[in-house]
Amino acid sequence: MPDKIIQIKEMNKWFGDFQVLKNINLDVEKNKKIVVCGPSGSGKSTLIRCINRLEEHQEGSIVVDGTELTEETKNIEHIRAEVGMVFQQFNLFPHLSILDNCTLAPIWVKKMPKKDAEALALKHLEKVQIADQAYKYPGQLSGGQQQRCAIARALCMEPKIMLFDEPTSALDPEMIKEVLDAMVNLAKAGMTMIVVTHEMGFAKEVADEVIFMDEGMIVEQAETKEFFANPKSDRTKLFLSQIL
Amino acid sequence: MNKLNFLSPDKNNLYAYLYSGISLFFLSILIVFLNSFFSLDLTSFLPGTISYFLPLIIGFIGLHLIRIEYSGIKFLDITNKNINTNKFNALLSLLIIFAVIKSLPPLLSWFIIDANFAGDSKDACSGSGACWAYIKTWFNRFMYGMYPNAEQWRINLSFIALAFLGGVGFFATEKFKKYLTLYYVVIYPIIAFLFIFFFISGGPIFFDFSYGIIAAVISIIIGFFIPSKFKMYYFLIIPITIYILLKYIFFYEELIELGKIQAFEWVETGAWGGLSLTFIVSFFCLIFCFPVGLFLSLGRRSDLPIIKYISIGFIEFWRGVPLITVLFMSSVMFPMFLPEDMFIDKLVRVIIAISLFEAAYVAEVIRGGLQALPRGQYDAAKSLGMGYWKMHIFVILPQALKLVIPGIANTFLALVKDTPLIFVVGLLEIVGMLNLAKTNPEWLGFAMEGYVFASIVFFIICYAMSKYSYNLEQKYKTER
Repeated sequence: MPDKIIQIKEMNKWFGDFQVLKNINLDVEKNKKIVVCGPSGSGKSTLIRCINRLEEHQEGSIVVDGTELTEETKNIEHIRAEVGMVFQQFNLFPHLSILDNCTLAPIWVKKMPKKDAEALALKHLEKVQIADQAYKYPGQLSGGQQQRCAIARALCMEPKIMLFDEPTSALDPEMIKEVLDAMVNLAKAGMTMIVVTHEMGFAKEVADEVIFMDEGMIVEQAETKEFFANPKSDRTKLFLSQIL
Repeated sequence: MNKLNFLSPDKNNLYAYLYSGISLFFLSILIVFLNSFFSLDLTSFLPGTISYFLPLIIGFIGLHLIRIEYSGIKFLDITNKNINTNKFNALLSLLIIFAVIKSLPPLLSWFIIDANFAGDSKDACSGSGACWAYIKTWFNRFMYGMYPNAEQWRINLSFIALAFLGGVGFFATEKFKKYLTLYYVVIYPIIAFLFIFFFISGGPIFFDFSYGIIAAVISIIIGFFIPSKFKMYYFLIIPITIYILLKYIFFYEELIELGKIQAFEWVETGAWGGLSLTFIVSFFCLIFCFPVGLFLSLGRRSDLPIIKYISIGFIEFWRGVPLITVLFMSSVMFPMFLPEDMFIDKLVRVIIAISLFEAAYVAEVIRGGLQALPRGQYDAAKSLGMGYWKMHIFVILPQALKLVIPGIANTFLALVKDTPLIFVVGLLEIVGMLNLAKTNPEWLGFAMEGYVFASIVFFIICYAMSKYSYNLEQKYKTER
């Protein structure tokens, strides 16, 4: 039986009176790459924010790596340390240098000695090819470099799962490529990834499964080839015809 | 055509315009200067009104003639750009220059030329200018209040020691850098408080301070054997525990005996005063109100309703009452609620009152900074597995506090300038001492000198603080 690292069952979420997520069921196996797409406001970001509990769900259950996400705080910080996240707006810490951005959490959350943390950070910065920028501040870097640093920062916690929340939406076309390259490399290294993106090229190249969401529901979930070759629902067809 | 050219100067006849313009401009300044310093009226042959406005007209024409864009002469371009961009600015610049020249002679004569510097009684001041002998005679009182002259070295020594302890941060090695914040926020205020309060006030109670020193020394020695993982908590808890153990359990009897020995002459806080009291009050209020305000601002944004509403209530209460009422309450009403045998010194009560009062303002300033941070910073910190305190200590507060440096400096400056209000409870800092001195029968009539002196002193303190805050802003500027 394949190892299910994320299990979401009948999950519902409301913002006030408005239901953003309706009856979500999703299983993610280890080392799988999943791309979530759909029109804006369809709840994609909210879904992946629920996985590391940046948002709370009201009904149903989310089990990440064998731990159910509930109200207990200790539990949640433990899960968050195992789930890396990359944001649309990078969200680097502007008051810290690139290296300090990467070492902050390993040192203070994982209690790693400073030297080890720095070596680890440099290793991951090297992987995303910005090791030469390690002593600069985020404000001195281009958008693409900042986003790659954000990926390295998440990797420094050595997470089991990586969540990407529209990582390329705030970037120029040229910079999109360098960030996608870093993500492709990461995928090839065998990381479990859930990626919210509009980059269909990336989805075709990397994803094992594609999920299409609309109005808070999973409309279609299929293997990548299947998804692009013959989408089942009309809504998916319409979306694909507009985006491709 | 010639006439038109004269109205709009251009580069073709640059030097002709330049020389005539500059000479007209300086002529106007010369007229005002001679008039103001030597009472010479060069233009008296003209009718009254014209004579009065003539310098302005001449200067205006002069500035008009030199208003040539891109002349290529650096000094001229800078002048034009800064004081002479258009007719209105030229007029304003002239008026300001004239006002300065006009006001210099009376100021100079009051401050220096006609002032009396020597002497030690009122009779020495016969001139029409300031009587600096008055300040000189009372200087000691303005600095130390009613503190006995022979004991004033204690105040000086305390201030020097505190300045030294405060400067430790500059010499800290890389290894101790991460404890600096803890040191400045928690340890330094406590040391400073014990130091100033027990050393300057002196008397038997000084030995309370020695328990503190013993506790600190023992805990530092033990500290070397503690794994670094627990050091943070250790340095908070152990010294206080040892202090309490020493004082109340182990050596209680012995130290009571010891405590009866007079180390220094006891000087009650009522006798403290002058500039040193200004420093003491503002210093302690600053360092106490900041952490309190910080926790209040976090409390106000807390998810826990009890903490949130207590913080809101606290902030709104202190912001809603005037400082002068708070001071009255602290000195008159508060002791009534205390048990009979309990006594808290008046100065301590005043410092606590002002600290809590200002903490409410600091809290709101810091809250402004917290709200200015994008939500993504919280998300990023949380997604890396940081809990509430780690997130705030390493990610949120460093950025938020950096944003609110100007606002906090503002609050602190206001605090320093509010300290004279403590006269309502009978504590006389520098302005209070001035008020006392000016009612002395032997020195009546020199209120002006006193207030000018106090203004200068306050200006120096406040300007230094504002410069320091500006430097801090520059130091922590990392974005873009």
